[in-house]
Amino acid sequence: MEKHPPPAKKTSAAAPALAKIPLWYNTDMTNKLCSLTEAIAQFVHDGDTIYAAGFTHLIPFAAGHEIIRQGRKNLTLARATPDLIYDQMVAAGCAAKIIFSYIGNPGVGSLRIVRAEIEAGRLAWEEYSHFSMISRLQAGAAGLPFMPMNPTAAGDLERVNPNYRRVKDPYTGREVVTVPPLTPDVAIVHVQRADVHGNAHIWGIIGEQKEAAFAAQHVILTAEEIVDEAVIRSDPNRTVIPDFVVDAVCPVPYCAHPSYTQGYYDRDNAFYLEWDKISESPAETQRWLEEWVFGVRDRAEYWHKLGEEVHRRLSVRPRLSHPVNYGDY
Amino acid sequence: MTYTASELMTVNAARLLRDGDRVFVGVGLPNLACNLAMRTHAPNLVMIYEAGVIGARPSRLPLSIGDPTLVSGACSVVGMYDIFSLYLQRGYVDVGFLGGAQIDRYGNINATVIGDYHQPKVRLPGSGGSMEIAAWANRCYIITPHQKRRFPAQVDFRTSAGFLGGCGEREASGVRGKGPQAVVTDLGILQPDETGELVLTALHPGATLEQAQANTGWPLRAVRQVQITEPPTAEELRILREELDPQGIYLKGS
Repeated sequence: MEKHPPPAKKTSAAAPALAKIPLWYNTDMTNKLCSLTEAIAQFVHDGDTIYAAGFTHLIPFAAGHEIIRQGRKNLTLARATPDLIYDQMVAAGCAAKIIFSYIGNPGVGSLRIVRAEIEAGRLAWEEYSHFSMISRLQAGAAGLPFMPMNPTAAGDLERVNPNYRRVKDPYTGREVVTVPPLTPDVAIVHVQRADVHGNAHIWGIIGEQKEAAFAAQHVILTAEEIVDEAVIRSDPNRTVIPDFVVDAVCPVPYCAHPSYTQGYYDRDNAFYLEWDKISESPAETQRWLEEWVFGVRDRAEYWHKLGEEVHRRLSVRPRLSHPVNYGDY
Repeated sequence: MTYTASELMTVNAARLLRDGDRVFVGVGLPNLACNLAMRTHAPNLVMIYEAGVIGARPSRLPLSIGDPTLVSGACSVVGMYDIFSLYLQRGYVDVGFLGGAQIDRYGNINATVIGDYHQPKVRLPGSGGSMEIAAWANRCYIITPHQKRRFPAQVDFRTSAGFLGGCGEREASGVRGKGPQAVVTDLGILQPDETGELVLTALHPGATLEQAQANTGWPLRAVRQVQITEPPTAEELRILREELDPQGIYLKGS
């Protein structure tokens, strides 16, 4: 992969003085900075299983749109809540199969395109509950052969999905329900800030970001901001993803819109409601894709095109946490 | 004072919550009911959202259960695996709200599919968190309009467990929660009898047993002394209309 030098201007220097990184630590050696276009081209292939992470929060829409623009086909799209990102990717013809635990437009209603494709028999699917879905990722992330769960007595999902099995707990003799690991080819994980190596800080709803990153063969990290390694090291408890599981680090401000990035911009609820109308009509959906996905080069152009009124509507007032003292030892 | 069916159901659901309850909050009307309860009789309600937020204090009504307003000012935020395992499976959740297209005689819920699973006539959103919430929350509540198609004798698909086939089947299955404790409709309230069958225990002002029976897919029985619910108060309606859903996204209409 082509390596880029770290950006000269740091966009988010933390207020207090930061500990110096020793000179012997060669920061360029593990620099993974690249554009999202390059990262998708290199790591996402036709037929891959993709996990675009984020439970309502931090959904990497920019990556979904880039995959559409690059014309990937026959993907297996895995997400607990496929959300609008997979509705759009399915509409664009990228997907052969979907793995999910809730196919709704959160708080609005149906995820119309995924639903229509399933009902028409054109999209294969594999279905779990939220807990089974995250248990699959947890098994994948931890390198375990399966994950046990207590039975729920509901039964029917277990009956229709052969990936659900039951085994006897060797200690008590009671039955537990198991699911196999999920190990996507590529996880795409959006974060607030990361250094050029891929150490990433996340706050707000952390969903399944960590599990997806550890479970996947390759990880594309998109970040609102690329920060100095010293910023990451100033608050190590906030580092959810370590550099060594990350393959590419892409600076993509506003990557998550119409989802959101806590503290950076709000969720565009108006668009989630609007999509309910757009996605009612296949023609309108294709027109929307033409304009907002194929009609722009990248996320920067998309964000600019949204216009100042939307930018203003989605802006958030700061609400800072109380600083913690790690101690100077 | 006039009110919509949605307002009526939300107010009655809110009144079922006890101060100090730890509630797994769902989208839509449950979200409103919990926020209403917290602003009235249950200020110490702990709102847990399946997105991983514990002790949320939202300053605006969240459209989704993953809204940023839930995080700012919350007690804690954990990952998805933790919320379902450490909190729900372990047994720290008092109340779960459930929804679905169909609820049957024994409180089993279908949120998955109408028709054959593999060749669905209507594909619904699916379980989300509800399969585990129904099993492991101490008690569950359901809010739904009272319509015959929503209350079949048996659901097409058991997404989440009520009392299964009734008569102790749920207890025998070993799941920890007590199951659905009330179904709040726009006509009244259904609750399980000792066999797990849902029976009418309360009617809203103006509603009749005959209406409820005509809109239920099994021969609906009523307890001997059916209660009449108190109509929504002016204060409850003010909070709903002015503070929680000023745009009427959930409460307008019907």
